[in-house]
Amino acid sequence: MSDTVIQVENLGKKYIIGHQKPENYTALRDVIAHGVKSLGQKLLQPLGKKTADPAFEEFWALKDVSFEIKQGDRVGIIGRNGAGKSTLLKILSRITEPSCGRISIRGRVASLLEVGTGFHPELTGRENIYLNGAILGMSKVEIKRQFDEIVAFAEVEKFLDTPVKRYSSGMYVRLAFAVAAHLEPEILIVDEVLAVGDAQFQKKCLGKMEDVSKGGRTVLFVSHQMSAVTRLCEKCLLLDRGNLKLDGDVYAVTNKYLQSDLGTSAERSWSDPKTAPGNDIVRLKAVRVVSNGSITDTIDISHPATIEIEYWNYASDSQLICGLAFLNEQGVILFVSNDFSRQTKSLGIYKSMCAIPDNLLAEGQVKVLVQICNAQHLDEIYILEHDVIAFQVVDTKRLETLAEKWGGHIPGLIRPQLNWQSLLLQRL
Amino acid sequence: MAKPNSPELIIEAGRTERQYWQDLWRYRELFYFLAWRDILVRYKQTIIGIAWALIRPLLTMLVFTIVFGNLAKLPSEGAPYPIMVFAGMLPWQFFANALAECSNSLISNSNLISKVYFPRLIIPASAVIVSFVDFMISGIILLGLMAWYNFIPTWRIITLPFFIAIAFAASMGAGLWLASLNVKYRDFRYIVPFIVQFGLYISPVGFSSTIVPEKWRLLYSLNPVVGVIDGFRWAILGGESKIYFPGFLLSLTLVGLILGTGIWYFRKTEKTFADVI
Repeated sequence: MSDTVIQVENLGKKYIIGHQKPENYTALRDVIAHGVKSLGQKLLQPLGKKTADPAFEEFWALKDVSFEIKQGDRVGIIGRNGAGKSTLLKILSRITEPSCGRISIRGRVASLLEVGTGFHPELTGRENIYLNGAILGMSKVEIKRQFDEIVAFAEVEKFLDTPVKRYSSGMYVRLAFAVAAHLEPEILIVDEVLAVGDAQFQKKCLGKMEDVSKGGRTVLFVSHQMSAVTRLCEKCLLLDRGNLKLDGDVYAVTNKYLQSDLGTSAERSWSDPKTAPGNDIVRLKAVRVVSNGSITDTIDISHPATIEIEYWNYASDSQLICGLAFLNEQGVILFVSNDFSRQTKSLGIYKSMCAIPDNLLAEGQVKVLVQICNAQHLDEIYILEHDVIAFQVVDTKRLETLAEKWGGHIPGLIRPQLNWQSLLLQRL
Repeated sequence: MAKPNSPELIIEAGRTERQYWQDLWRYRELFYFLAWRDILVRYKQTIIGIAWALIRPLLTMLVFTIVFGNLAKLPSEGAPYPIMVFAGMLPWQFFANALAECSNSLISNSNLISKVYFPRLIIPASAVIVSFVDFMISGIILLGLMAWYNFIPTWRIITLPFFIAIAFAASMGAGLWLASLNVKYRDFRYIVPFIVQFGLYISPVGFSSTIVPEKWRLLYSLNPVVGVIDGFRWAILGGESKIYFPGFLLSLTLVGLILGTGIWYFRKTEKTFADVI
């Protein structure tokens, strides 16, 4: 018996996109109008050639995708937005039908494309656990057996009989994830759902996912967070515009992906001062990370980088303090840095730069928080933006040369290169 | 931990899954839960709660009795007029509610459809079940009326489940058509309330179908609800109430046809729901 649990052959999914209608559903009136129009055309030019309707265009969300997944594999699926990751998951979980190709699956599949699907705001936490469990494919007996565990995991014991519409958004997400985390299928398909809740809970979720995947289950996991993918998965598929670009070892694939130009989180800018974060004293214009002379969301651990902050300064003679906080993916602040130069600024657009030395950050995702406050009154905070930009710190040298020799994770929140010296004290 | 003999699932374009009905059975618990959710949610944050299920039919019955029984003095098939009206109104309200709920059910559960797999048939079916619960509740009024008028039904009452089944089939069939059309063509959102309102006038709800001239009876039975309502009256009122058989059979055939094609059309379009909803 082969141990292949999912086999995908030449899978394709085609969507017809209309260029005239913004809605994705059709109104009967349009169908009738269209029918009459084409009938008229047929009558007028019965021998005329058939022209392609310019209002509709075929769009292949997935094309010629083939791969195989073995029993117990933990496979990450990466690619930028619109690469077809979600479409692939939707087809695998039978939500939508492929246009061509063939998939064969052995084993019970549960898919988690969203946390809290089917949660009803009017129902209580207890009722929603049962409902959501049933929607995700658990039987009533299974839910009952795991009920206490789910409640404990979500930390909502006190509010079990409160309608979830009165929950805080954190509680809501915790409860939703807790139900999903206790699914016990043979094949688990997970879309980017870990990016929910506060940092501590995210960590807990990731840990739970790790447990699940180490239990010998087959897991398919879509994420934008490379570190989550490398942590959970051993194999990886890279999709790009509907095509399967790479299929192989997770380090090799993520590394290739990071080196390509697929990043998008390296720069945020606001063109309109009216909608930019801030107030009538100062407004944020752009934040970006620059390394090796270009904007990039991937920084090599051995290269320095610069964070640039651009802002509109609307107050004359103002003294501002720009500050940055660097957080890892668990939301732990790695360090903060402030510009205490107290330079007096007149009206205008300014750019402040903060240089990060090489060999400081550890591998993984780094999120940047930007704060601008009044230098005279430090508690007057004009701008406080979380997660403005994010970038990946990678150690390409280690990935290329050391990974085979030592694939382990180097612990620590930062990884500065410190000076070492060895002295010979006494000859023996 | 796939069992060595776990069944292989094949996903292909245009494949009619053989496991569909098996899946429907496997997902029966979801079916209960969805129905349970809708029933639970229905009367939350209402003051009189479930009493709404009693008040609406009761008031409608009163109006019909006064207008058709007392003012227009229409015949009542040998039973007190309120009971005659109510015997017709029970299936009508069931049909109308089920139709409205059913046709909207897919749209209002669009988040489920685009995020989770299950046999889609569960959603409209559970919508019909919810209306059926209302139907059972308003059945209590009928019992109350019978007690009030000292009206004792004959043996025919035991055939009532058969007619309930027909009512079920009729609302399910029409509901499936409208639900799947509604996903693609939102026009049906406006058509359904119209059907329900219009249907009330062309169905023998406030009056007995015996007042329809004999030569038009067959034509009148083209409305499948006519057969259902006549059947209900025949079973509940007993005595003088008669069934017009050719018409009843015609209604029955139509109901079968609507249900059959409804399921066929639903199955045919169901796979594209997630793409167009």
